[in-house]
Amino acid sequence: MLILSEDQKLLMASARGAVAEKAPIAEFRNLRADPNGLGFSPAFWRAAAELGWTSVLVPEAFGGLDFGVVGAGLIAREMARELALSPFLSTSVLSASALARAGSREQKADWLPRIARGEAVVAFALDEGSRHGAIATLATRTGGGWRLDGVKQFVLDGHAADAMLIAAKTGDEAALFLAPADAAGLSRDARTLVDGRRVATVTLDGVRVGADARLEGGAATIEEAVDIGRAVISAALCGVAEEAFARTARYLKERRQFDRRIGSFQALQHRAACVHIEIENAWSATLQALQSIEARANSAAFDVAIAKAKASETACAATAECLQMHGGIGMTDEFDIGLFLKRARVDSVLFGDAAFHTDRVATMLGY
Amino acid sequence: MTVDRTELRAWLEANCPPEMREPPGEDDICWGGRSFMFRSEAQKLWLERCVARGLTVPTWPNEYGGASFTREDAAILKEEMQRIHARPPLVSFGIWMLGPALLKFGSPEQKATHLPRIARGEIRWCQGYSEPGAGSDLASLRTKAEDRGDHFLVNGQKIWTSYADKADWIFCLVRTDPQAVKQKGISFLLIDMATTGVSTRPIVLISGRSPFCETFFENVAVPRENLVGALNRGWDVAKYLLTHEREMIAGGGSLYDIHALDRQAASQARGAKLTNPILRAEIARTAVDTYASEATRQRYLAEAAGGGEIGARSALLKYDGTDLNKRRYELLMSLAGAEGLYFDGNLGPTQDVARGWLRSKGNSIEGGTSEIMLDIVAKRLLELPAD
Repeated sequence: MLILSEDQKLLMASARGAVAEKAPIAEFRNLRADPNGLGFSPAFWRAAAELGWTSVLVPEAFGGLDFGVVGAGLIAREMARELALSPFLSTSVLSASALARAGSREQKADWLPRIARGEAVVAFALDEGSRHGAIATLATRTGGGWRLDGVKQFVLDGHAADAMLIAAKTGDEAALFLAPADAAGLSRDARTLVDGRRVATVTLDGVRVGADARLEGGAATIEEAVDIGRAVISAALCGVAEEAFARTARYLKERRQFDRRIGSFQALQHRAACVHIEIENAWSATLQALQSIEARANSAAFDVAIAKAKASETACAATAECLQMHGGIGMTDEFDIGLFLKRARVDSVLFGDAAFHTDRVATMLGY
Repeated sequence: MTVDRTELRAWLEANCPPEMREPPGEDDICWGGRSFMFRSEAQKLWLERCVARGLTVPTWPNEYGGASFTREDAAILKEEMQRIHARPPLVSFGIWMLGPALLKFGSPEQKATHLPRIARGEIRWCQGYSEPGAGSDLASLRTKAEDRGDHFLVNGQKIWTSYADKADWIFCLVRTDPQAVKQKGISFLLIDMATTGVSTRPIVLISGRSPFCETFFENVAVPRENLVGALNRGWDVAKYLLTHEREMIAGGGSLYDIHALDRQAASQARGAKLTNPILRAEIARTAVDTYASEATRQRYLAEAAGGGEIGARSALLKYDGTDLNKRRYELLMSLAGAEGLYFDGNLGPTQDVARGWLRSKGNSIEGGTSEIMLDIVAKRLLELPAD
């Protein structure tokens, strides 16, 4: 059933209020203006912890709420409406679910309670270059553990992290390794992306970790955690598109040219209607994916591919239409609509763009 | 919930003939009506058994031939029928369109006369809305009905009347007050097609098939008791019926075979990738859009089942569903390649694709054009201004 439970509706409503109050777009502009900062506001992150968002995917046994993936998606969607920045995706979604599913008993006991309390940032270091998914980083066995060598890019919150989960190849297989951010041989450079967000390039030069640093499982484990991230980021893309379009619909009802409101022109009405339809579809596909993961349905991987492809495509196209409908003012940095366009582009690329996931859909459908 | 799923399942198992659990071809649909010829004994038996239990119109009251099912009951019936791939025992515009309008606007006599005959498949109905000069601007229709006291005298012409040449009765929008502005002078009339002065002519479509007719009325006398709702208030009935029609289309899901393109692509790929990467990409993008659109339909239905209604969002579903069906047929033609172009002699699977492709072009015109649907989305859902 593609509907929200009462608890989920309550979570969504409280998240909307909290984000609007504590992390409005003005706050994002402040963070963007400080090139050497953390990239998020510690005060907002503490508030998120108090609201339980940091523990949404942490099992109850480790101090979490275990509220579920749909809940995580709803939080991400609401934060995206105000372009709020926080380590939610990296730490509370990707790393928390990877640790909860595949961490050793010690790793879980060490990190999950701190993640739940909002006291630790754990980055998730996966991609290395322009194309999502290719892993060249090597994990080599040493006497007492593993040695990691490689370069990770686009590591969300990597510059602010206390630790990171690093995907590396152990020969034929890929696996996740947990390393403290201050490990010898690990260096990080903060880079700025087109949407103003900062990510880290992490260089691993003979980083030594213990035998117990490796999480259980292999490529399938990584894929499971990444799929959760993809579904949640799809929800964020929906939030970006929905808010940009809501602002545009308001503009169409106010802006006057040729002695009438521009929203009365059929050329704009029909285009706006099409944007609305696509945004509705993107959210439906995303909700489907979130629910499938939560229910551990067999179709989960397929549903996620559909959702990430649809949400990526839609958010980019919708925000571009929204900018066009604003006319010249939409091109100014002072006006917010361009911020949504840029965020949509970055989120659409992270963890596989529309082309990547559409290709997966074709393969899964047998052509 | 009143229906017992276990009992219903057992009844379907015991009563649905094996032949009625195969997918129907186009000629295997049971439309009912005075002149309907059953294709098989099984088809007749299946209809009779369902009629006896009210299952041709499960949500209608018992007294009118239904089973007095709630929406949830009907959903269970649908699931259980799908489980054994049971065909619908009866398909008709009477069930889809007129019935719901009569239940809401009909007099007790009209309900008692017409509903049971629809439920039993005795009378086949067609819909007389569009006219040569009144398409998207439906309210400009000109077929006139003069008030002659005990009867109306009807003159005019309807077009795009689905299966008028096979129907027994027609429900019509007619102009009863030529002075009133557009919508205000229209009434809703039921007309027996056997009445003197009614004639039909099939229209051959670009697909080569003729599912539609022109219908002519020349001094047709229609008894006054066949007026549904108040005089000059037929537009209310029509509007209700159109929304209901779109909701039914939205809720149907079986209207188009939305996975045919993916199946065809996979069968051509034979376990590898389709050889043309551009075609493969186009098909995959259409698959993404199809699955996402279907999720929206399911979401709206789930929300409506929770006590809301689909309402104007049915226009959104209609626009998107028909647009995607056209896209899929273009790609089915591309997959078929040059062999998909043969259009002579024996009807084979490839020619069904060509006919389906041509027929699909009408999807975004019939039942309200895509342009009208976008108007509804813009004005009713987005509340964009008129000036």
